[in-house]
Amino acid sequence: MEIRPILASLRKHRIPTVLIVLEIALTCAVLCNAVFMIGQRVSAIRLPNAIDEHSLSTVGLSGTDEKTAGSDIPRNLAALRGIPGVQAAGAVSTLPLSHNNWGWSFGTSPDVSVFNKKTVNFSLFFLGEGADKALGLRLLEGRFFNADDYADSSFGSAPLPETHVTLVTHSIAERMWPGQSALGKTYYTTSHYYTVVGVIADVLRPNIDGQGEASNYFSAFYPMSAEGSKGNLRRYVLRSAPGDRDRVMRAAEQKLIELNPNGVTKSAIYSDMRDQYFADMRSMAWMLVLVCVVMLAVTAFGIVGLTSFWVGQRRQQIGIRRAVGASRGHIMQYFQTENFLLSGAGVVLGVAMAYGINLYLMQHYEITRMPWYYLPVSAVALWGLGQLAVLGPALRAANVPPVVATRSA
Amino acid sequence: MFGYYLDMAWRSLKRTPVLTGLMVLAIGLGIGASMTMLTVLHVMTDDPMPGRSAQLYTPHLDPLPLNHKQGGDSPDASANLTWPDAMALLQSHRATRQAAMAGGTLLVHPAQPGQQPFYVDGRYTTADFFTMFGVPFQRGGGWRATDDAASAHVVVLAASLARKLFGSADAVGRMVQLGDNDYRVLGVVDDWAPKPMFYADATAKHYSDADLFFLPLSVAVDKDLQLNGNQSSWSKEALGKHSGSMSWLQFWMQLDTSAQVSAYRQYLVDYSAQQKALGRFQRPPTNAKLYTLMGWLAHQNLVPNDVRLQLWLALGFLFVCMLNIVALLLAKFLRRGGEISVRRALGARQRDIFVQLGIESALIGMAGGALGVLIAQLGLWSIRQRPDDYAHLAQMDGAMLLGTLALAVVASVLAGLLPAWRACRVAPALQLKTM
Repeated sequence: MEIRPILASLRKHRIPTVLIVLEIALTCAVLCNAVFMIGQRVSAIRLPNAIDEHSLSTVGLSGTDEKTAGSDIPRNLAALRGIPGVQAAGAVSTLPLSHNNWGWSFGTSPDVSVFNKKTVNFSLFFLGEGADKALGLRLLEGRFFNADDYADSSFGSAPLPETHVTLVTHSIAERMWPGQSALGKTYYTTSHYYTVVGVIADVLRPNIDGQGEASNYFSAFYPMSAEGSKGNLRRYVLRSAPGDRDRVMRAAEQKLIELNPNGVTKSAIYSDMRDQYFADMRSMAWMLVLVCVVMLAVTAFGIVGLTSFWVGQRRQQIGIRRAVGASRGHIMQYFQTENFLLSGAGVVLGVAMAYGINLYLMQHYEITRMPWYYLPVSAVALWGLGQLAVLGPALRAANVPPVVATRSA
Repeated sequence: MFGYYLDMAWRSLKRTPVLTGLMVLAIGLGIGASMTMLTVLHVMTDDPMPGRSAQLYTPHLDPLPLNHKQGGDSPDASANLTWPDAMALLQSHRATRQAAMAGGTLLVHPAQPGQQPFYVDGRYTTADFFTMFGVPFQRGGGWRATDDAASAHVVVLAASLARKLFGSADAVGRMVQLGDNDYRVLGVVDDWAPKPMFYADATAKHYSDADLFFLPLSVAVDKDLQLNGNQSSWSKEALGKHSGSMSWLQFWMQLDTSAQVSAYRQYLVDYSAQQKALGRFQRPPTNAKLYTLMGWLAHQNLVPNDVRLQLWLALGFLFVCMLNIVALLLAKFLRRGGEISVRRALGARQRDIFVQLGIESALIGMAGGALGVLIAQLGLWSIRQRPDDYAHLAQMDGAMLLGTLALAVVASVLAGLLPAWRACRVAPALQLKTM
């Protein structure tokens, strides 16, 4: 295929050529970044979380007297465990992705202070007896808390639990003691220290910020006795077969109200809670998808419109070429190659723009660097789109009969 | 002449319905998407207190120790005031009106048997709050400074909470149990919630929260009622609402003249210097700041990054649409070289051709604008279905509606400029020869 005559003809139509190249470039640039943002959101929405997400439902109970918690919580739990279908029940302070975060910073040496730069911020989870089984935490190393751990733990005047044992996630272990086993290691804050008795699979924090960051999994777990909980074990977690969750949750809510007439309950199925946490992100992702689709359609129609116009303008030329021996295939090829060149120029410019936009967004909007493979993929996508869009007008051009050459325009 | 051009434009558009439809659709989509996001940004950055905002100010002190390091994900500890500082500013009476405040959540125990207790959000504040912000009372009124001093157990309820508790009966004078204490209702205010709720702490949902009760701040401190904002502490000294090293209070004041404003600025610096001399503050006294209401909102940057990103995306999309229209109009106008040449030969000036083609693009813009309004309404409707905090505010007002149409016409006339200019420079003789 000769490219020279195509270039010559494009040079004659400089303005439309530049416009279409610009349009393709801009579409490519926006598409790259939008698809990247969609990908980031989808991966956040799908972040793994090592609790038994699909079997859990939860009922929060507040408005009860903290002083009688020592007898209330075991009584409530006994009642909840009696509900048919409940496989396990426990009381916890908070749940992953519940927005209810209790954060504190710890270091690996005894001389740390809260504001020291070298400390790492964890989310604190307090577990009542049996809550580890109810949540379905997965032990990687060491052991879960035993009855003594639970009995010995309480809240004093400090905003930290009075205990010396803790379970940490795999991500915390990697961050605090890279390359070593975390078992038996101790982490510190002013006046308190905790020794790791077990490492569990990664559990998400109550609030997560970035995507794909290890800090999303900086969750630490502590045992807590019902008597010493000072109102911090207000959330009951129930584990049941997925089909039973709704019924179990309602029955549990009713039971808790019966037992605690002054209490206020708030219940949710855990997977709904997770969906709700990501609802903003999901709606943003859909909106990005919509914009991408519409923008691609507009660009495609722009290519169709302009090529149709060029075909119309060149009917006589096409007729002459056909009359002097060009086949239909040759005519088709001409317009397809022309589009290939236009898209090519647009895509090259667009990839550069996409990279620039990504750099700008990285500076201003906490967005990470776009992986390189987004660029060739969207380039190929736009090339394909251009070829599809040009197919109709090119076919029409190929159908111009040679006899047109003999007529005046 | 205008009518004639309009007629010509209409005929020309009718001749190529598909191309015209495409252009109208493209401009409609671009305008619709952009106006949806511009409207969202507009309602989010709107003045929450029109008529009053220019007189409202909030002071900021820097009581943090020199070695205090801000943790990456923890809130700014100096964003709020400590109890001693807020009380000092309150008792200095240097502003026309001033009030300290903090948010709280309390359990309401309805008096009627059978009604379950429930949680409500409200505000602990001081007497000037109501007059300073112009809170509209349905019945009764706010409390006085003497009630603040005496920690009187009085409460002002929002209309919806009063209705829930007392039905249609007059709530003023009745008793209501909030948490563990009983309070006498002094007044009922219309459901009142500035958008954004500028006076709330950074943790609040600024576009959807509303205060349903108002209690004297002194009662909240006396009874140690539960707070729901950030409480940032920077020393090992026992935590508590009275602590000089725990910030949890917001403070607003009304300053009427610029002399008052500059005097207050100086006062804040002097106060900080005095506290530094006493050893309480460690940082330079010039760190003290006085924000206007709109300045404070800008400083807090309430608009989520996602909204800004979506606006950029929508504007980028509009730009793609405009490029598309330029290309299509160019094709369309140049195709009419013959017709233009005939008109030029019959005496039309280049300017006349230019105006005629300009009117044709404006007509496309009008149609695109109308479509854009429809698409923007659809877009805003879809945003209202979204779970975000600001979603329910996404409504278009008259100004935005006119703005949409204007933007569409301007965009399409701009898009028509280059093609019209190219078309009116067609050499008539050359074109006529080949006809």
